[in-house]
Amino acid sequence: MRALASLICGYVFGWGLFISGMMRPDKVLGFLDVLAIPSGQWDPSLAVVMAAALAVTGAGYAMARRRTPVFEEKNRWPTQSAIDRPLVAGSILFGVGWGLVGLCPGPAIANLASLSTPVVVFVVAMALGTLAHDLWFARGAAGRAPSLAPANADG
Amino acid sequence: MANFTPISAAVGGALIGLAAVLLMMLNGRIAGITGVFAGLIDPAGSDRVWRATFIAGLIAAPLSAILLGLTLPLPHMPSSLTVTAAAGLLVGFGTRLSNGCTSGHGVCGIARLSPRSIAATAIFMAAAIVVVALTRRVFGA
Repeated sequence: MRALASLICGYVFGWGLFISGMMRPDKVLGFLDVLAIPSGQWDPSLAVVMAAALAVTGAGYAMARRRTPVFEEKNRWPTQSAIDRPLVAGSILFGVGWGLVGLCPGPAIANLASLSTPVVVFVVAMALGTLAHDLWFARGAAGRAPSLAPANADG
Repeated sequence: MANFTPISAAVGGALIGLAAVLLMMLNGRIAGITGVFAGLIDPAGSDRVWRATFIAGLIAAPLSAILLGLTLPLPHMPSSLTVTAAAGLLVGFGTRLSNGCTSGHGVCGIARLSPRSIAATAIFMAAAIVVVALTRRVFGA
């Protein structure tokens, strides 16, 4: 049942990405291109997507906090709170990659539906980047690898 | 703002939020694509079945849109596969290092009012804005 539940959640999420236009890198880059504001060519759609998602998630999470999940014993809320160097460095690297192409992980994976070569290249590279990180930190200081505890991951 | 599509953006965003809430209420999990994806492909990952079905649903949605006769525009990607691959590496490594991306930090984290996620979102947005300004305005055509 957990697998079916998450299939449905992924499906709804994917429809959200599709309808919102966020599967289109040109639309994402059109938001990030803030220097287009004076010319009137700026596309604020991404901000509306986030605002709507946050409104629903904020209200829904407030309800979810007061109950236990249907198919699990408890909710796994993230436990980390420090704004540390991995968070800052990782966010910068992610932002650079996002700005170069206009794809973040969700839309990149959803776009596999098109089977277009550049998307496949992007997702394979993304997987390699993820694995490179985990290999790197699995060797050295295990304490610096919060990522190896996916249950507590932010996202 | 010729390209602004507020209605589809609001409807799509609400569906993304609905998916995040459902995943927490049903399975007790954060709908962060970084975490879902990494836990699926990492040798040290866990709970692979629900992660795999979530990813399958994510891809099935645009596929069913095609079956319904809707157009799935081919994503507009850089002409250089090298740039595409480099960006993919940065996104994969960076999101893993910071433990989240647009969904985990940007939606789920900010919805929890997590200072960590608010900081992460501000930083990756700022970095992406700088890169777009450089590529489009300084070096671009």
